[in-house]
Amino acid sequence: MTIDMSQFYQVFFDEADELLAEMEKLLLAIDVTDPDSEDLNAIFRAAHSIKGGAATFGFSDITEVTHTLESLLDRIRKGEMALTPDHVDAFLVSKDVLTMLMGGHHHGTAVDEPAVASVSTRLAALSNGTAAVAAPAAAPVPAPAAIEAPPADIPPAADADGNFHIRIELPDVPQRDVDALATELGLLGTITQEVLADKRAVFTLVTRESQDDIVAICSFVLDPDDLKITHAAAAAPASAPVAAAAEVAPAVETAPAVEAVPAAPAASLPTEARNPGRRATDKDASSQESSSIRVGVEKVDQLINLVGELVITQAMIEQRILALDPLIHERLLNSANQLARNTRDLQEAVMSIRMMPMDYVFSRFPRMVRDLATKLGKKVEIITRGAATELDKGLIERIVDPLTHLVRNSVDHGIEMPDKRRTAGKSETGKLTLSAAHQGGNIVIEVTDDGGGLNRERILAKAMQQGLNVSESMPDNDVWQLIFAPGFSTAEIVTDVSGRGVGMDVVKRNISAMGGTVEIRSTPGSGSTISISLPLTLAILDGMSVKVGEEVYILPLGYVVESLQPEAIDVKEIAGQGKVVKVREEYLPLIMLFELFDIEPQHVNPANGIIVILEADGKKAALLVDGLVGQQQVVVKNLESNFRKVPGISGATILGDGGVSLILDVSALLR
Amino acid sequence: MSYTTQTQTSLNTSEKGGVDEFLAFTLGGEEYGINILRVQEIRGYEPVTRIANAPAFIKGVVNLRGTIVPIVDMRIKLGLGEPTYDQLTVVIILNLGGRVVGMVVDSVSDVTTLSAEQLKPAPDISTSFDSDFLIGLGTLGDRMLILVDIDKLMSSSDMGLFDPAAS
Repeated sequence: MTIDMSQFYQVFFDEADELLAEMEKLLLAIDVTDPDSEDLNAIFRAAHSIKGGAATFGFSDITEVTHTLESLLDRIRKGEMALTPDHVDAFLVSKDVLTMLMGGHHHGTAVDEPAVASVSTRLAALSNGTAAVAAPAAAPVPAPAAIEAPPADIPPAADADGNFHIRIELPDVPQRDVDALATELGLLGTITQEVLADKRAVFTLVTRESQDDIVAICSFVLDPDDLKITHAAAAAPASAPVAAAAEVAPAVETAPAVEAVPAAPAASLPTEARNPGRRATDKDASSQESSSIRVGVEKVDQLINLVGELVITQAMIEQRILALDPLIHERLLNSANQLARNTRDLQEAVMSIRMMPMDYVFSRFPRMVRDLATKLGKKVEIITRGAATELDKGLIERIVDPLTHLVRNSVDHGIEMPDKRRTAGKSETGKLTLSAAHQGGNIVIEVTDDGGGLNRERILAKAMQQGLNVSESMPDNDVWQLIFAPGFSTAEIVTDVSGRGVGMDVVKRNISAMGGTVEIRSTPGSGSTISISLPLTLAILDGMSVKVGEEVYILPLGYVVESLQPEAIDVKEIAGQGKVVKVREEYLPLIMLFELFDIEPQHVNPANGIIVILEADGKKAALLVDGLVGQQQVVVKNLESNFRKVPGISGATILGDGGVSLILDVSALLR
Repeated sequence: MSYTTQTQTSLNTSEKGGVDEFLAFTLGGEEYGINILRVQEIRGYEPVTRIANAPAFIKGVVNLRGTIVPIVDMRIKLGLGEPTYDQLTVVIILNLGGRVVGMVVDSVSDVTTLSAEQLKPAPDISTSFDSDFLIGLGTLGDRMLILVDIDKLMSSSDMGLFDPAAS
C-alpha cells in the first residue's frame, strides 16, 4: 500500500505556520526575568510538534534546527538553564529561519543556507556555553519548583563528561519487556540493572541523553505514568531514595512533552500538586487547536451568496402566505414563522464568517516594532486598542501594507532615541499606540506615537527645496499633507528602515483606493497621530430599523441610547430654535426625521410617535420616528460607488426582502 | 473622465467609415439611441428606495444583485411622456466607466447598426437635450434616432448623479 504523502504536506505547513506564529507571540510576551512555565512549555510543545511533523515528511533541515531548539528549550523549561534575552533573540531568529525553510519546502523559495548554519551554531553555543556555567555554579534557576528546593538539591547535574546518572524504576512488567528495554536503553549509554525486593527491575543509566528520550523509549513498552525516573547525584549513583522520585506526567497526545521536574525531595510535593492543573491546561490547548477548520474564501463567498438567495426566497414565501386564511392554514403559518427565524439566524451566522478582528493585523506589529527598535537602538512599547473591532477580510488584508509603512515610520522618525527622550523629560521608552474603532459610519484606525511630532519648518524647507507650491503661512493640516507627496522625506539619514521618501505617498494611494482618507494630527514635542478612516464598505453593523411613514431607515445601534414614547407635556417649543424634549431632567433637541427627509409621516405629534435618543461625539439628541421595526445585523453598502454623497445618509444596506434601506449618518444628524 | 474619451474613440471610428451599434428607445414621441457598449442590461421597473431631498427625476436606489444602483427617470428629467410605473416600464442599466446607473424610458425598440453615412450632425436647434450631449442624428429609413452621448449626459452636474469630485 502506498500513501501519497503530499496530500498531508499542506496540513503540515498550515499547522507549522500557526505553531510558529504562536511561538513568536509567546516569545515576545515572555518576561525574561520570571518566565511563566506554562508559556515555556507551550513554546517547547510548538517546537516539538514541528520537529515531529518535519521528521515524518523527511524535512531533515527543519528537524535539525527544531531539534537543537527543542533541546535548549527543554533545559530552560526544566530550570536547568536560566532564560536570557540572548535566548529569546536566538529563538526568534530560529523561528524566522524555520519559516524560511518551510517556505523552501512549500513554495520552493530560496533558502539562505548560511543563515541556517549560523542559527544552528548559535543555538548549539547557547546550550553548551550556559550548561557549563550553570551546572558547577548551581545557579538559582527560575522554575518555581527549583526555587523551593534547598540549594543542596542541585537539579540534574551532568558529571564531568556531560553524562547524567539516571535511575529508572520500572513497574511490574514481564521479564521479556525488561530485557528489551535494557537493550534499547543500553544504546543511549551505560546501563546497569538491579532487582528490587518486590521483583521490580531498576536500571541505572549513565547517558548524555535527556530524560525525555528515555521516557520516549520506555513508552513503547509501558505507560510512562508507571515509570519512576530519578536523577541520581553523580557521586552516589544508587543512593537516591525512591520517595524522591518525581512523578512523570503522562505525555499529551499532540505533544509528547513530559513534565520532567528535577528530582528533589522538597520539590516533589509541589510538583505533584501542580501537575493536575497542568494537565487540564494541556487539554484546553488541544481542544482549542481542533476548534477551527480551514476553508477557502471562495467557498465562504459562495455560501454568503446562497444564503442571500435563501433570504429572498423566504421573504417571498412570507409575502405569499399573508394572503392565506390564518385559521385554516395555522400550521403552515407557524412553520413559515419558524423558517423565517431560522433563515435570519443562518444569515447572521454566515455573515460573521467573513468578518475578522483587527487583531489579525495588529498582532504582527509587536515583533516588527521590537526588531526595528533593537536595530535603531530605541525603546518602544506597543499598545493596541480595539483589536476586537471587526472588519471584512477583504479590507483587512488591504490595510496591512499601509499600516506597516505607518508603524515603521513612527518608530523610525517619530519616536526619538532614549537619551533625547530623557532630555525632553519623557520616559525613555517610547509609546506606539495602534487603535481601531467604529466612528460615524467609518472605521478609524490610528497609529499614534509620543515622539517628537512633525517638524513644520523642516517639512516646509524640504518642500520648497523640492519646488512644491508652499508658503510660510499655510495651516498646519496642509503642511502635514505635504509628506504624502511622492518622493518626500525629511529623515536626516536614509536608513534601510525608512527615509527614502517612498511610503507615505503609497500609503495615501492605497487608502484612497479603498475609498478612505488619511489625516495627520501632530504636536511638536509630544508626538503625532496618523488617522486612517475607511468607509464601512462590506463592514457589518448592528442596526436598529426605524419606520417613518412608509420608509425604513437603519440607525447604527452604537449610537442609540434608548427609545421611548414622550409625554406631550415634555415636548417644548423654543421660538425659532425648533423643539426640545425633556428626558430624565435633560432637554434634548428634537430632530424631526420626517421634516428633514420630506416624508409623509404617520404621526406629526411627537407624543404619538417614538423618540430614539442618540449620542455621538459627546452630543445627544432625540430623533422622532413613527415606530421601531427591529434590530438586525446589516452589511453596509457604499452608496457613493454609483451615486453621490447624500447628506444625512452614511450608506445603504440590503434588507431581507431584497429591498434597499438607507443607513442614517448619526453624527451628521446631530451636528 | 475616461469614459468620455472612449466615446470620442467610437465617434472617430464612425467618421472613418466604421459602424456603431446603438440601442434605440423611445421617450414620449421621440426615438433616441445610445451606444450599445454602455448598456449593461435591460430590466423591468422595481420599487425603489427613495432618497431624501433628491430631485424628482432621481427615483431612488435599487438593489441590483448586491450593488446599490440609482434609478433616473428620463421622462421626468426631460418632461417627455407620462411617468407611469407598471409591468411594461423599462429600465436600461448603464455601465459608465464602472459606475452603474439605471435609466427609466418609455420603451426599448431595437439595436440598430449605423454606418458613418447614416450619421448626420445634430442641427443647431434646441431639443429637450442640450446639444452638448448629442452625438448627432441617425437616419434609418424613415426613422430618425437622436443619438445621445450618454456618458457626458449622466456625468453632467445637471444630473447631479455623481459627486463633482468623483469625475
